[in-house]
Amino acid sequence: MIWNEHIECMDREAMQKLQNERLQKMIDRIYFNVPFYRKKLQEIGFTPGDVTSIEQLKDLPLTTKDDLRDNYPFGLFAVPQSEVVRVHASSGTTGKPTVVGYTRKDLDTWSEVMARTLTSAGATKNDVVHIAYGYGLFTGGLGVHYGAEKIGATVIPISGGNTKRQIQLMKDFGSTILACTPSYSLFLAEAMAEEGLKPSDFKLRAGVFGAEPWTEEMRKEIESKLNILAIDIYGLSEVIGPGVAAECPHKKGLHIYEDHFIPEIIDPVTLKVLPYGEIGELVFTTVTKQALPLLRYRTRDLTRLTLDKCECGRTLVRMEKCLGRSDDMLIIRGVNVFPSQIESVLLEMRETRPHYLLIVDRVNNLDTLEVWVEVDDQFFSDEVKQLENLRKKIQYNIETTLGVSATIKLVEPKTIERSEGKAKRVIDKRKLK
Amino acid sequence: MIIKQITVFLENKKGRLTEVTRILMENNINMSALSIADTADFGLLRMIVDDPNKAEKTLKNEGFAIHINEVVCMIVPDEPGGLYRALDILTKNDISVEYLYAFSNDSKSASVVIRTDEIEKTIEVLQKNQIKLVKASQLYKI
Repeated sequence: MIWNEHIECMDREAMQKLQNERLQKMIDRIYFNVPFYRKKLQEIGFTPGDVTSIEQLKDLPLTTKDDLRDNYPFGLFAVPQSEVVRVHASSGTTGKPTVVGYTRKDLDTWSEVMARTLTSAGATKNDVVHIAYGYGLFTGGLGVHYGAEKIGATVIPISGGNTKRQIQLMKDFGSTILACTPSYSLFLAEAMAEEGLKPSDFKLRAGVFGAEPWTEEMRKEIESKLNILAIDIYGLSEVIGPGVAAECPHKKGLHIYEDHFIPEIIDPVTLKVLPYGEIGELVFTTVTKQALPLLRYRTRDLTRLTLDKCECGRTLVRMEKCLGRSDDMLIIRGVNVFPSQIESVLLEMRETRPHYLLIVDRVNNLDTLEVWVEVDDQFFSDEVKQLENLRKKIQYNIETTLGVSATIKLVEPKTIERSEGKAKRVIDKRKLK
Repeated sequence: MIIKQITVFLENKKGRLTEVTRILMENNINMSALSIADTADFGLLRMIVDDPNKAEKTLKNEGFAIHINEVVCMIVPDEPGGLYRALDILTKNDISVEYLYAFSNDSKSASVVIRTDEIEKTIEVLQKNQIKLVKASQLYKI
C-alpha cells in the first residue's frame, strides 16, 4: 500500500524538478534568515540565485551536529520563535543536547512522512498501533503518533518502560502494529515467553522498528519470535525524527522521502560525494523544513543508495539498512570495526544469540578486543570441549570477518544488559585512560 | 539404567555455585552426586539430583543455561583395580569415556558416574560383564 502515490511513484525527472525548486527556495530562506548559513555561503562566494539544481549540492557546505551544539539552543532556527510550535531535543551524552524545532507546517510534513512510513509497513485505519517509543523530548514517540493518527489508526501512546504493562495492554487491546526500537522488541518477546505467552495470544502482525542499527539476522529473530513482519524505519531528529525513510514489505532497502529530504553519500574522510552503490556517510538536505532547515547535514550513518525501482512500485531512492555509524566505528589495531558486523557473525552461526558486548582496551600499547557472548540452552552441552570448540568457532568467524583477533568470553544467559532504549554494545576502555 | 544428569553453565564469578545450591535448597532438591569441570572463564557443574525435572525448570527460571543428558552410574568394589576392571571392559569394547566422577559409598564399594560416547552400548557391555549399575529409581523420582 502506498500513502502518497503521486510523490512516492513519481518519475525521476519530475522528482528532480521538484527538488530543484524546493532547494532554491530553501537556500533563499537560510541565506536570509540564518546568519550561520549566510556567512558560510558568502565565504564560498555563493549568493541565493546561484543555486538552481541539486547537482550543485556537492559544492555547498556541510552541517554537523557540532554546528547545532555551537548554536545552542535556537541559533539555527530560520523562523521567529512565535512560529515555532514544538521543540524536541536529543539526549546530550556529551555536553549540550541537540535542539530541533518545528513550525505547524513542519508538524504537517512530519505527519505526512510518518503516514507514508506506516502505510509502507501495511498499516491502515483498521490497525491498533502500540507506540512504545519514548514520548517527550525524544522524537520517536510523537513522530509515530502523528503518522498513526493521520492514517486514522487507533493509537496506544504507551511510551517506553513498564514491560509487564506493555504486554498486558498489547494483549487486551489487540494491538496489531508495534512501534519501538528493535532491541526493545526482542526484550518484549523474551518477557512474553517468560510469562508463558505465545505470539498467538496477540494480534500483532507488523512492527516498525528504528532508532538504532539492527541486522538482517536480528530481523529474522524478531519475526520468528513475535510472528510479525518487521519493517525498518529510519529517521533522526535533526532531519525531522522518524519518517525520513522506511522499508516496504519487500524489505529491499528503505525508501527515502526525498521530496522533503535530499540524500547524498559522502566519504566520511575526504567529504567527497560518492556515486550510487558506494558505501559512505549519509547526508541530508531538508528542503521543506521551515523551523530548522539543514543544508547537507551529516548523519554519521553509513549506508549506500540505489535508484532502481522497487517491486512495490515506489520510485523513491532507496538506502540500504544502516551498516553502522561512522562515529560508532571502532578502530582496533588500525582496522575499522563496526559492532553490527559482530552481531551478524553471531547470528549467522545460529548457535548463539545476538546478545553480545564488545570490550575494547589497550594493554601494553596494543588494542585488545574481548567479545562477551551469552550461552544459550540450545547449544550448551555437558562437555567442556564442545563449549571450547564453540568459542574457537566464534573467534575464527570474527577474525575472518573483521580481520582483527578477539578473545571470546562465554557468559551466563542475561548477563549482558538488555536496554529498554538503545542497546549498549561497546565498552571502550581506551577512552577512559 | 540411564540416569539423567543436569549440567549448569557457571561463569567464573564469586558466588555462582553458592547461588545454585541456594536455589536447590529453597526448592527442596537433593543432590546425590556432583562434579565441576572448570576452565579459565567458566565452569560446568554436573549433578545428579532427586528431581531432575524440577531442578531443570527451577534453574532455567532463574536464568541459568541448563543441559540435560544421560549418564550411567556403576558400582565397583572399593579396592585396588576396582575401577580398572570396569574401564578395561569399556576400552576392549571400543567405548570411549568422555568424563567420569566417583565417590566411595562405604569401605566396600564406590559409585562411578560415567559419560561415554555410546550410552546404550555401555549399559549392555557392563551388564554382560556383571558390573552392577544403579537404577534411576534408586536415585530419583521418575
